[in-house]
Amino acid sequence: MSEFVRTFTDNRALFQHAFWNTVQLFVLAGIGSVVFGTVLATFRVSPVPALRAFGTVYVNLLRNTPLTLVFFFVAFGFPYLQINLSFFAFAVIALTAYTSAFICEAIRSGINTVALGQAEAARSLGLTFGQVLRHVVLPQAVRAVVPPLASILNALLKNTTIAAGFSVAEAGSIRANLSELGYPVLDGLLWVVIGFLVLVLPIAALQRRLERRWTIT
Amino acid sequence: MTTTAVNRPETAVLFDVPGPRARRRNRIIGVIGSLALAALLAYVISRFATTGQFSSTKWSIFEYANVQRTILDGYLHTLYAAAVAAVLALLLGAVMAAGRLSDHLPLRGSSFAFVEVFRAIPLLLLMFLFYYGAPSVGLRFAPFWAVVLGLTLYNGAVFAELFRAGVEAVPRGQSEAAYAVGMRKSQVMRSVLLPQAIRSMLPAIISQLVVLLKDTALGFLVTYDELLKQLKQLATAGEFEFPLIPLVLVGGAMYVATCLLLASLARWLERRLNRSARTAAPDAGEGDRDGDRDQSGVTAAAMARTVGS
Repeated sequence: MSEFVRTFTDNRALFQHAFWNTVQLFVLAGIGSVVFGTVLATFRVSPVPALRAFGTVYVNLLRNTPLTLVFFFVAFGFPYLQINLSFFAFAVIALTAYTSAFICEAIRSGINTVALGQAEAARSLGLTFGQVLRHVVLPQAVRAVVPPLASILNALLKNTTIAAGFSVAEAGSIRANLSELGYPVLDGLLWVVIGFLVLVLPIAALQRRLERRWTIT
Repeated sequence: MTTTAVNRPETAVLFDVPGPRARRRNRIIGVIGSLALAALLAYVISRFATTGQFSSTKWSIFEYANVQRTILDGYLHTLYAAAVAAVLALLLGAVMAAGRLSDHLPLRGSSFAFVEVFRAIPLLLLMFLFYYGAPSVGLRFAPFWAVVLGLTLYNGAVFAELFRAGVEAVPRGQSEAAYAVGMRKSQVMRSVLLPQAIRSMLPAIISQLVVLLKDTALGFLVTYDELLKQLKQLATAGEFEFPLIPLVLVGGAMYVATCLLLASLARWLERRLNRSARTAAPDAGEGDRDGDRDQSGVTAAAMARTVGS
């Protein structure tokens, strides 16, 4: 047991550094994919056929490709295309490209859950486009969008571990570092698992609460 | 509402039917948007072209029988791991769901904890635990089993949640009626609740299977000989100018085609089941409204969860 504890206390700097990178990856890719996902959702509901087609093709391609393959393409492929960035930047790009496809779908289906009559009633009362959106459509859409969004971001947080396979020093890479230093690998991995449980379980609990309270029936 | 909705695009909730000015504005946005997309596409293609990704040497690697065999081999390994893991995960999910629906608190509590914990651990870490971690306690797993066991534990937890939600979504009157005619708990579950629950859950189950199939690609990181690993190996071929990009494009197409096939199977099943539902079970009045509401809850939750990794 004491060895198990020592694996953590001896390497606190390593754990801190790695989990800090994980959090950074999560925050940057999270912001990136919410922004890009919203843009994609706008494309998919826009009245312009070319944009709609682009949104549909992008979402269907990325949702049906393994994230590992996206990482593979970005981290190993971009240098061949003479796009040279740090591995950290590659990881952010891969995570953003993948996650935004899911966020796009969550937002789009959220908007679609608002009954047509709601907007029609609002328009017939003489509300302007902005007012319809602000007072009628968005408040209802947000309730349908936020619970799946929380679960997508939760998945994003767990997916950051894949970056370890592509030369980013985040939590998933602690194992390799510890085994180089001669510490027991299993203990190190269990500490990483504990770290993720601490990060993920609160988000999962929040998500369940949101699902129960906010799901429109 | 139905008559107007038919003729309108799904965006109608946001936008009114456009008048002449809005139509002109839409056309302008359309032209600008299409031009921007065309420019983006042109940039991507020129990137590929100037770095020689369309050179015939690079693509000629696919002409060789042993290369084709290697790729097919990797693909079959991917499918094999996915198939084994799917069966095990469905079994584990059924057991855990039964635990969560149990009347005994210890069973319910422990399966709740199991589901929560294994849904929270990143799948890759589970595979690492089996492949790199287990040898420290004297257990050695082949890469294949590390992949399968990781997939089974994670997806088993997800399926358990899915099954539980599906069974709980069956209108309460169904089980009450079954108990009233004197059925026992296992009979109620087997002959009343499950047949209805499975019908509503199938699409969600299949989309989770798509996630599982995609996640086999993580096996690449624990040295399992699946598609990605074979592609990486082939990409080192210097005599073909290191054809990584062509290989990734082909591999990606294989994944996308397989997943779309599974997804269309899900859609076909959904349509079929809905059709038979209408002929087999006529509307059940007030109880049915309840069921509708709960079912939409299931699909929303299921959809949220299909994100996987």
